[in-house]
Amino acid sequence: MAMLSFERKYRVRGGTLIGGDLFDFWVGPFYVGFFGVSTLFFALVGTTMILWGAAAGPTWNLWQISIAPPDLSYGLRMAPMMEGGLWQIITVCALGSFVSWMLRQVEICRKLGMGIHVPVAFGFAIFAYFTLQVIRPVLMGGWGHAFPYGIYSHLDWVSNTAYQYLHFHYNPAHMIAASLFFATVLALSMHGGLVLSATNPKKGEVVKTPEHEDTFFRDVIGYSVGTLGIHRLGLFLALAAVWFSALCIVISGPFWTRGWPEWWGWWLNMPIWGHQV
Amino acid sequence: MAEYQNLFTTVQPTGPGSMGIPLPRGDSQRVGTPFFLHILGRLGNAQIGPIYLGWLGVASLLCGTLAFNIIGFNMLAAVDWNPLQLIRQLFWLALEPPAPSYGLQIPPLNQGGWWLVAGFMLTTSLILWWTRIYRRARQLGLGTHVAWAFAAAIWLYLVCGFFRPIMMGSWSEAVPFGIFPHLDWVSAVSLRHGNLFYNPFHALSIVFLYGSVLLFAMHGATILAVSRFGGEREIEQIVDRGTASERAGLFWRWTMGFNATMESIHRWAWWFAVLCPLVGGIGILLTGPVVDNWYLWSVKHHVVPAYITSWQAPIDPALLPQVIPKQVPYPGP
Repeated sequence: MAMLSFERKYRVRGGTLIGGDLFDFWVGPFYVGFFGVSTLFFALVGTTMILWGAAAGPTWNLWQISIAPPDLSYGLRMAPMMEGGLWQIITVCALGSFVSWMLRQVEICRKLGMGIHVPVAFGFAIFAYFTLQVIRPVLMGGWGHAFPYGIYSHLDWVSNTAYQYLHFHYNPAHMIAASLFFATVLALSMHGGLVLSATNPKKGEVVKTPEHEDTFFRDVIGYSVGTLGIHRLGLFLALAAVWFSALCIVISGPFWTRGWPEWWGWWLNMPIWGHQV
Repeated sequence: MAEYQNLFTTVQPTGPGSMGIPLPRGDSQRVGTPFFLHILGRLGNAQIGPIYLGWLGVASLLCGTLAFNIIGFNMLAAVDWNPLQLIRQLFWLALEPPAPSYGLQIPPLNQGGWWLVAGFMLTTSLILWWTRIYRRARQLGLGTHVAWAFAAAIWLYLVCGFFRPIMMGSWSEAVPFGIFPHLDWVSAVSLRHGNLFYNPFHALSIVFLYGSVLLFAMHGATILAVSRFGGEREIEQIVDRGTASERAGLFWRWTMGFNATMESIHRWAWWFAVLCPLVGGIGILLTGPVVDNWYLWSVKHHVVPAYITSWQAPIDPALLPQVIPKQVPYPGP
């Protein structure tokens, strides 16, 4: 049954959003639910489409397999299967399975009497994907602006798209997003390190307390955010990083079409600087 | 139907500030009287201070302040000591490393010498700060995990500004101090070496970067979601598993078939956060000294297809023997 020693008493009926008791069961360690079935459906169809696209493509080299979106000449229309139609179906399947997965998490949260922070956080990631693959291409009038499904081909897309704006590092939202990414890693290393250092002290020492944790960070930087606060801070930093990432790409094209270094002209040309050279 | 979702602290009881656990003999006194900021209390602890300075902290802050001021005054000099232009051009200004013609020599101060001094001061400051973190942990009887995570970040900093320039034989390869200039350096290194996206260590570093953000979102959200069962009392949950840990674990087990424990999630977190700068530093150290062009390297190893070139092989002007960077004589103070 693949159950943990304490698991049986938690496996209770209820908490579903759709389907009542019909899909309210487990397979091995996995909870199923209506959204487990829909996740499986979309994932299977999408993966099959990827395999079909790979079979029709020039290579089975894992790094080089790529399924490209329709050519820009198709605009926002449906494209023939081998001309980007596969990509369109895969994108629908991906969104279908991501949203199903999120709603399945909501059902599990309700079953366990937990808050719904995890599915809400996952919603931010889905939103970022939706921004890249749907919102921005729609705003720009062509599915061809979305990224292809392939390991190195999607890196090429990032590189090419970024250099279309000359120097993407000058994108202010990208600057904020990158800073938030680094800040999240910093905060994660400090949180993980602190909890491990309290529970794995020097040989022969007893396990330490949250008072020791607070004292450590107050001693070092004069402030400790605390055991509850660090999880709010970490969640905020991570979600803000995702939010600004989505923002930095959706403004590239729909809002700003020139090089990003040029965007900063407004700052250099403000009247407060007095007469300019 | 509407359920309580833990987002912010709504009620803040205040009492006397905590001065921290007693210090062992040999330590100096903590400084500052703790005070409370209500707005911080909405998110986490409201208390600010006290802080432990000690000679390591004072020396580190001194060196760091010196580095900051050297960089700032060099930028101010670059705009002819005009404070308004310093603000206006702040993001564009830089303290650049020495020109390539100097190799690993020590140039005059205004030819990159200040860059060396600032870099030395900043590095000293960081190493003193690392020692301080290590020492604070030991003095409080804690493990030294935070210090070793910080060491991984220092490794990446030293690779970019010290180890790689030495292996390339020129300080000019190092990162300039400045907002846009250091971003220009990132792009220039990537373009010069055939796009850093084709560097597998860069790819791995990004995996750990995004992975860390994913982990913190998952962990932070999970703990907040079980905070109604006391989930944020992690140490207690580690040594004596309660219903918060059980529900948090089962959530992920039922979602993806696997779960960490209250302790192991922090090991996942530490390793993801540490490996990000660790493998990133390896990737940068290889870029130039070992691999000249990551695209050609990737073609050779069948990772990427060889795109058909419709252009002549480009000539790198830096490799032409007749082009020698002009030596600018130091005009004297």
